[in-house]
Amino acid sequence: MIVGIVGFQGDVQEHINSLKAAGKSRGIQVRQIRRPDDMNGISGIVIPGGESTTIYKLLNTYRIYDLIKMECKSGMPVMGTCAGLILISKDTGDPRVNGMGILNATVTRNAYGRQKESFMGEITVNSIGKMVVPFIRAPKIVNADEDSIIGKYGDEPVMLRKGNVLGLTFHPELTDDLRIHGMFLEMVEGEGYISTGE
Amino acid sequence: MPIDLSSLKFGDELLKRGFAKMTKGGVIMDVTTAEQAKIAEKAGAVSVMALERVPADIRASGGVARMADPMKIREIMDAVSIPVMAKVRIGHLSEGYVLQELGVDMLDESEVLTPADPFFHLYKRELKVPVVCGARTLPEAVRRIFEGAAMIRTKGEAGTGNIIEAMRHIRMVNEGIAVLSEIGNDELKRAATQISRSYFNLRKAVSSDLLGNEDSLGDFRLYYGMSGEKLESEILKILKEIRRLKRLPVVNFAAGGVATPSDGALMMKMGLDGVFVGSGIFKSKDPARMASAVVEAVENYEDYKLIGEVSSNIEGMAGIDIDEIPENMKLQQRGW
Repeated sequence: MIVGIVGFQGDVQEHINSLKAAGKSRGIQVRQIRRPDDMNGISGIVIPGGESTTIYKLLNTYRIYDLIKMECKSGMPVMGTCAGLILISKDTGDPRVNGMGILNATVTRNAYGRQKESFMGEITVNSIGKMVVPFIRAPKIVNADEDSIIGKYGDEPVMLRKGNVLGLTFHPELTDDLRIHGMFLEMVEGEGYISTGE
Repeated sequence: MPIDLSSLKFGDELLKRGFAKMTKGGVIMDVTTAEQAKIAEKAGAVSVMALERVPADIRASGGVARMADPMKIREIMDAVSIPVMAKVRIGHLSEGYVLQELGVDMLDESEVLTPADPFFHLYKRELKVPVVCGARTLPEAVRRIFEGAAMIRTKGEAGTGNIIEAMRHIRMVNEGIAVLSEIGNDELKRAATQISRSYFNLRKAVSSDLLGNEDSLGDFRLYYGMSGEKLESEILKILKEIRRLKRLPVVNFAAGGVATPSDGALMMKMGLDGVFVGSGIFKSKDPARMASAVVEAVENYEDYKLIGEVSSNIEGMAGIDIDEIPENMKLQQRGW
């Protein structure tokens, strides 16, 4: 199976490394997505961390934004981390970045503050348990369906799953912990979706 | 609430290097006003560098160049949602803390400003915010990483619009990395000794002044409580990591002379993770178009048809021939 990753900007390589390591026994291939054609034949897509304004602009410039939106609405698994979560959410409250509305959630950009407020946090994730992960100029999930919340930092929701859609405010790809990427690959295998890229 | 992990050292380093990783594949633009910052953000910049004057103007005006006016930086931070960086003088820890307190997301310990310390660069491990530093060669890059830099950039020659020095510096760094994989462990140790030499300069100067020879004051607490032995062993560790990774262990950008979309593409082709554009954007005829064009060229650095299209009919800054700049006027000579 081929998993795509939006390859314009951000910590793309870190996601590729995590996906490959987590998918070693599953025969997972990873492909960078930069043009509509790249979407042909992928079974899931990751939108990485980076600058959401930059990734948003380039997704639109190269006409991939609507394509991802359409494929994910028809069932293709998607994982968005940090900037990626902002891009798949329904409401960002910021005209500079419009969410695709794939995930029914309101997400506020840079909600903890500037870089000096970035932190390592211990979170609890359903069916995984405790993890220590970095939150870097992270967004906050201010509104989401209660049944979609699968990960919390204290009382705050930081990870959502609804059907084929996975969104997180933090960066598991910067750590050696592969459990969340493993969870996403299970979703990809379970869904068995193959994009036509049209 | 969860246990407080913010005090853990690995966390600090991961957060600082992680921040830099979020800028990969991107363009960081120098801006001097809130208006320019908005243009940069709209064009797709991943971050802006807040300045009072762009390097070309600093170069032209002379005098002592210091950290920018905090009011100016705050204006720029308020205008955009992308991270804001600011320059700190080499070794000026107080300017560093002021900028950190202000909320600047990353500091650039920059040779474009007048250096404040003739002996030591900033001890960057002490700061909570990440710091990017310039480097002309692998040893310079290694020293900065040892001091805690979360990101490296070429020095190039700022404010010239001339790419040759950035090209020289990335070639020097890349060649250094290539050599590391060809030498044995004994030679690697020798390199570590060589690279740590500049940290002895202060002690040597005092020893020579006080006792008439350079070696009499022992080897303790040369740099922030570290002995020469400790320095060398930490530097050796970094060299081994570089040899294993076949690249620097931190994000590595181009800077200093990037003026056109093709310049940006060339730097990516050389293996860099992204580019800083200083004077090149807002010294060009149509900054908004130039900014977008550089972003697109960097993202698609091997799509030459596209780079040709975005480069059409945009006039870059005039630029300066490096040979016309006297040696002592070259900004890259600052730092060591």
